[in-house]
Amino acid sequence: MPIHEAMQPHFNQPLLRTPFHERARALSQVDRFVAWAGYTSVDVFTSVEQEYFAIRNTTTLYDLTPMVKYRIVGPDVLPYLNRLVTRDVSKLKPNRVAYCIWCNDAGHLIDDGTLFRLADAEYRLCTADRQIDWLLASAIGFAVDISEVTENIAALAVQGPTSCAVLRTAGLHGIENLKPFEIGAFLISGHSVTVSRTGFTGDLGYEVWMAPAAAESVWDSLMAAGHSRGIRAIGSQALNIARLEAGFLSPHIDFISAEHTLRIGTERSPIELGLAWLLDFEKGHFTGRRALVAEKSRPARRRLVGLDIAGNKPAHNALLYSDNKARQEIGSVTSAAWSPTCKRNIAIAMLDAPYFELGRTVWAEIYLNRELIWERRMSRADVVARPFFAPQRRRATPPAQF
Amino acid sequence: MSSTLATARKQDTARTHYDCIIVGGGHNGLVCATLLARNGRSVLLLEAAGQVGGAAVTREFYPGFRVSAGAHLMHSMPADLMRDLQLDAMGLQWAVRAMPSTALRIDAAPLALDGSSLAFDQPLTPADAAALIAYQARMRRFAAAVAPILASVPPRLGTHDWLDRLSLLRMAWQIRKLGKTEMREILRIGGMNVFDLLEEHFESPALKGALGLDAVLGTNFGPRSPGTVLTLLYRLAGQFAAGPVSLAQPKGGLGALCDALAKAATGAGVSIRTATPVAQILVSADRAAGVVLESGETIASRTVISNADPKTTFLKLVGPRHLDTGFVRRIQHIRSQGLAAKLHLALGAAPRFTSLSAAGLAGRLLVAPSLEYIERAFNHVKYGEYSSAPAMEITVPTINDPTLAPDGRHVLSAIVQYAPYALKQGWDSERGRFTELLINTLEQFAPGIRDSVLRAELLTPVDIEREFRMTGGHWHHGELAFDQFLMVRPVPGATQYATPLAGLFLCGAGCHPGGGVLGIAGKNAARQVLRQVN
Repeated sequence: MPIHEAMQPHFNQPLLRTPFHERARALSQVDRFVAWAGYTSVDVFTSVEQEYFAIRNTTTLYDLTPMVKYRIVGPDVLPYLNRLVTRDVSKLKPNRVAYCIWCNDAGHLIDDGTLFRLADAEYRLCTADRQIDWLLASAIGFAVDISEVTENIAALAVQGPTSCAVLRTAGLHGIENLKPFEIGAFLISGHSVTVSRTGFTGDLGYEVWMAPAAAESVWDSLMAAGHSRGIRAIGSQALNIARLEAGFLSPHIDFISAEHTLRIGTERSPIELGLAWLLDFEKGHFTGRRALVAEKSRPARRRLVGLDIAGNKPAHNALLYSDNKARQEIGSVTSAAWSPTCKRNIAIAMLDAPYFELGRTVWAEIYLNRELIWERRMSRADVVARPFFAPQRRRATPPAQF
Repeated sequence: MSSTLATARKQDTARTHYDCIIVGGGHNGLVCATLLARNGRSVLLLEAAGQVGGAAVTREFYPGFRVSAGAHLMHSMPADLMRDLQLDAMGLQWAVRAMPSTALRIDAAPLALDGSSLAFDQPLTPADAAALIAYQARMRRFAAAVAPILASVPPRLGTHDWLDRLSLLRMAWQIRKLGKTEMREILRIGGMNVFDLLEEHFESPALKGALGLDAVLGTNFGPRSPGTVLTLLYRLAGQFAAGPVSLAQPKGGLGALCDALAKAATGAGVSIRTATPVAQILVSADRAAGVVLESGETIASRTVISNADPKTTFLKLVGPRHLDTGFVRRIQHIRSQGLAAKLHLALGAAPRFTSLSAAGLAGRLLVAPSLEYIERAFNHVKYGEYSSAPAMEITVPTINDPTLAPDGRHVLSAIVQYAPYALKQGWDSERGRFTELLINTLEQFAPGIRDSVLRAELLTPVDIEREFRMTGGHWHHGELAFDQFLMVRPVPGATQYATPLAGLFLCGAGCHPGGGVLGIAGKNAARQVLRQVN
């Protein structure tokens, strides 16, 4: 397929608006929007704290439409996907979703995403960034048809402990039986929607996929159904704290796509990023396999880890040292936050060998701006397991009804 | 087929395992097979066509008329390789060696370009004559420096292997030891185009045209294209390495070379099966494991060496699903569309080129009256058209080897530029028209030739692709250019004749150094196989 047919003409309009834009703008109190994959997207509606607590205590709506979506079909779709991603796609059953990653020849991570098996031979790949060049290059020699469907599908993440109850109230009968990573077809006020039990919060939650024409009506129905359960629209800032608690990686923050790095040595492999559990070396060839097999046989040089840091000051961008005198630099923090739910000062960090081992102690150099007076603090940081927060309710089927 | 051969063949068919399998019996495949068998490997060579030789074959194109259907001259096979393979003992004889070259001119006498023994009675200006001597001496020095680089296995870049570093240093030393002045000069001209280079030296358009033609024969370039000094040096270095066998015609045509190579191979113990196309290179446990023939038969081997072009090897025989995306994309992007066509004429009588001496007719005849003429011929390519006034390298092989045609009759063989692979209208409707155009072009230099044509055969790049199984019909299996040269030939990730797939090697013109009936790729590939596979 020629590349120009597969691409969307995003460059014609600086930032697109999602079908939820009018609803979101009406709720935005602080007018904070950010660009995401060519769309304008809400960063904060009211306050980050309010929105964050809604994720962990009630139900939240997050506009996922800018998530880049590809429809992949064709006779060779299974061998194609198995050569593209590192997991064994043949194990993915219809109406199921799998978290996947894909690498370049050198075994460096290009991106991660969720792969939806919508029918026997129809898949949808959702990613944070556009991937059409890599997807088409990977299609050389495979009978597959790849099209970007980002603009054809509106999506809302409905996440939080009361989300199942809200969806039930909105008329989604049987939603309580949907298992994690399962896909189902439902009706919301007469509109057909696809619901997957997936999300980026590490909490109970769903993602609702619909035609753009149905978007506002679905939004209104969910808002009405969730009114008594504290439903709230949230922006990216609050979601970022939740995903950090859940231990999920964020592209551009915790890793840079190997297709985007310019400096040598800034690419990261799935093994370094702690994603080795996604590598299936037994399923046959996939791009990067040979490099990753070789990497696996060598001692690891660095690894992405979770850190539990003393104090309550988030270690944003902190350099990490082996000792509190900052004599030997051994890594840096990629994501950091005070976790209100865990009551811990948490971070994701890249650490050199051998400091990445669980239980090691390292030191974080944190800078604090106290009314323009900068203070430097060396805080003890323990290497801990991720996720930081993993409530039972995220997996419970049926979920508790509130 | 003799009965012994038939028995041998029967035994081969029964055998299901070899140390090495060579896919494709071109000259490189044959060289590689011989050297591996000499080192004690059991080797099976599989050739899709009815005879080995690839694009170095002699075949009949009209009853009683035979021609070297692909390459029609040998100009670059290193003399030491030929000695090593004892091709003389295998029956290889020469109809002619060190052929003279003559530039044909419209409305003027032909211009003989007889290398070192330049005759001063040529209609060259004294300045051109002196410049030619100096130019040829300098280019010979450069060729001598480049020849060992072409013969070597190029190093891998970015490794910490001392062998890689050493061979990189050796390459640099070849250039450095030319001395300061000459090193500066080769570095200055190395990336230039041949048009500018020849403009610096000469006045005569015919001289420049003839000297420039060698730089663009078989390439996708015009004289003004960047990198054409490189292609010229490539050719000259090949000729230097070939020494006395440069610009030679074997008795019986180029097919005789491959007959001798096949004899050497069989003598060394290689099993050869012709008319046996390979459908697939088997991959098992992430390494080459053998081949599946089109007949369905499977033959196992832990070492498979492909003489096929890189696109055929990786995209068709191995298949993208066993290879990484980035690598497949690089293979897909190899520029491999040919621009050279081949014209074969069966002639009722010897062609009479205006004012051409008998010695001239026995040599190479060049239709390239000026560099502008070649560049204009090249212009058409951009628009998917063939040249309206094409450039040609012509030989009349029957002058030196009458056995190729019935008594008193002759064969004319010409390489024609430019005939693009992807012709706008497609070749089916245009083949006849282009043949007519070529005969009309010849008629300008050899009036009356049209009347003696008994049969004209034109092989366009599409036909060359079909007959010789070269993707794009490119005789180098991929453009010879800076970005597809030395350690990046055919692509990064498949250097040193090895590939990303363990047990799979390449030995064809798609590898360093390239095409032109050199045999170096086959020799170097054998060396790498022996080094890497115990």
